[in-house]
Amino acid sequence: MADLFFAGVDVGSLSTDVSIIDHSGKVLAEIVIPTGVNGSQAAEDAFDAALKLANLTRDRITRITATGYGRASVAFATGKTTEISCHGVGAHHLFPKTGTVIDIGGQDSKVIQIDSKGRMLDFTMNDKCAAGTGRFLEVMANRLDLDLDELSSPVNIESKSAPISSTCTVFAESEVISLLAKNTPREEIVHGLQRSIVNRIWSMVTSVGIEGEVTLTGGVAHNKGLVKLLEDKLGLTLNIPENPQTVGALGGAHIARRAYQNSLEAVTI
Amino acid sequence: MSIRAELKYKIMKDYGAPALMAFQDFRRRKPRPIHEAFGPPLESNKRLKEILSRHYFLSRYAPGVKKVAWVTSGAPVELLRAFDFYTIYPENHSALVGAKKQGAEYCGIAEGSGFSQDLCSYARIDLGHMLSGKTPAGKLPKPDLLFCSNNICQTVLYWYKAIAHELDIPLIHFDAPFVTTEQTEADINYMAQQLQDMIPILERVSGRVFYLNIFEEILERSMETSRTWGAILEAMKAQPAPMTIFDAFGHLAPIVSLRGLPVAQDYYHILMDEIDTRVTHGIGAIRDERYRLIWDNIAIWYKVRFLATFFAERKMNFVTATYTNAWAETTGYLDVKDPWKSMAKTYGQIILNNNLKHRLDLMKKMIKTYAVDGMVMHSTRSCKPYSVGQFDLRKAITADLDLPAVILDADIADERVWSEQQIQTRLEAFCETLEGSKHG
Repeated sequence: MADLFFAGVDVGSLSTDVSIIDHSGKVLAEIVIPTGVNGSQAAEDAFDAALKLANLTRDRITRITATGYGRASVAFATGKTTEISCHGVGAHHLFPKTGTVIDIGGQDSKVIQIDSKGRMLDFTMNDKCAAGTGRFLEVMANRLDLDLDELSSPVNIESKSAPISSTCTVFAESEVISLLAKNTPREEIVHGLQRSIVNRIWSMVTSVGIEGEVTLTGGVAHNKGLVKLLEDKLGLTLNIPENPQTVGALGGAHIARRAYQNSLEAVTI
Repeated sequence: MSIRAELKYKIMKDYGAPALMAFQDFRRRKPRPIHEAFGPPLESNKRLKEILSRHYFLSRYAPGVKKVAWVTSGAPVELLRAFDFYTIYPENHSALVGAKKQGAEYCGIAEGSGFSQDLCSYARIDLGHMLSGKTPAGKLPKPDLLFCSNNICQTVLYWYKAIAHELDIPLIHFDAPFVTTEQTEADINYMAQQLQDMIPILERVSGRVFYLNIFEEILERSMETSRTWGAILEAMKAQPAPMTIFDAFGHLAPIVSLRGLPVAQDYYHILMDEIDTRVTHGIGAIRDERYRLIWDNIAIWYKVRFLATFFAERKMNFVTATYTNAWAETTGYLDVKDPWKSMAKTYGQIILNNNLKHRLDLMKKMIKTYAVDGMVMHSTRSCKPYSVGQFDLRKAITADLDLPAVILDADIADERVWSEQQIQTRLEAFCETLEGSKHG
């Protein structure tokens, strides 16, 4: 089965990610670009960039899974799967002992329970609001005049945090404005925001429950302060992928690979 | 009661309504194409539409002939039937508005008058109708009496109080104590007494005298109708199921709003016959039924077609629902020989007035009886009594029965709460889990 390649294309609300793997599951290329206003164009661009990186041409890719909010707009995909299943499969391949995946994406966050083969058993997602998501942090970073890296500075668990009680992004932003007006130190506000997300995630985790190792995926996994707070709250160490943003795309590529293998088996039978 | 009004009502009943039905039938000659995932549609749909159109059409001619009452879905309407009230069900009307995707407009009218957006959308639509006179049913009569029971929620009392205040009409409230563990003798006596106390008020409002034999006849008819409805739902045990629960959401209307009337009784015999024939011949509501699902909570009226098609395309059929079951579940308690106490038992123990343990046991039983593979729960801000506890129920059910489940955050009739992209992802992920669990 040499020379077979598979790809996953994850068109998310903030970023479009592509992962290309070979038949053995080895990762050949991973790309993250902003989705912008045109999801299908972003998919094309990200896919081309990934192909270039892997030194491949389009016709060499056997199967392509589209996932993410824009999955329906990926014209060149051979199949589509929700990002929920993809994150489960992706996390399983990176950390085979994963039983629970926490994905904090651009416009939603989810907790996914998977079995020993990476198949999704159960999941829960945030409600129709952006609290506890990447978008939430983006809005707040903007308000605090910090970039996302600065917002992710590690914090001391014991350090003071400003109370951010709102679970709604718009209201939380108002709270931040009034905290700034009171000259609250920015570090305290950042700490408060991180806590607010962690509390939000915590309530989702408790509704699904924790099984096995916990892997954190999605761009927010780059936020060191938040990771530390979440680990403290959950009382465990989280698996953090090297490229947390491409876990969904990686899962998609593995689903494409599995679908191809299944089709072979079906023919053999 | 004026002779002129009575004559007009009679003419409309005998000639006007049939003419309207014929006209509608003519207009509807070109049937809407049916998605290939569905089996043949139910013939009874035509009769159902006739009954409901006729009921709403005739209602505008009722004033001056019959007293009009607005009634909540869980109220013991049999008592009102003994006084020949023309009954309108605001919940049914609001569902109609919701199904026509006009919920936001009506809700907006109520919100403009100061009613909170957190208030049930059935209530907001009804208040919007009351304040503006708007209705997709042409025209609705003003009520002479309001009749509500808090066995479905506490909201109805305050909602009906607002109407009573605005229209300056009497409101009768049937207070049903919540069943925290078991219904007590005191609860039963308390409710039975209330029902009897209503008689003089109803006599005064309707101008009619109460006859026990007429009431018993109505009760008997209501009982029989609910039993037939229950038998129709039970026929869904067949594989493939003869209808989908989305069909049942529609066929539910007569048992809710025309219960105790001969028209409802006759209708369910027609439907039962058709369902029986389907079961005998193995005709399914969807082609190639592969998965069987349970629905919890009230329908999402403006998305019934979307959901029905989404699942039918995936060869998944909803074969049971706690919602449709609510008008059959407690019928067994009715007893014509002991009308007051038996009504207290029937109306006091319905699902929304009963504890979570009861609901859990009931749902588990339904899942087993109907060979269910997965569960979809609709969490709706409109109906707090139905939605509170769903997360715990889901947890208990998925753990005990190893059943995939998903919760949809939506609303019964206010389409502004619907977020299609998010719902679609949740539903697709649920289907992926379901397929993985059955074939993995």
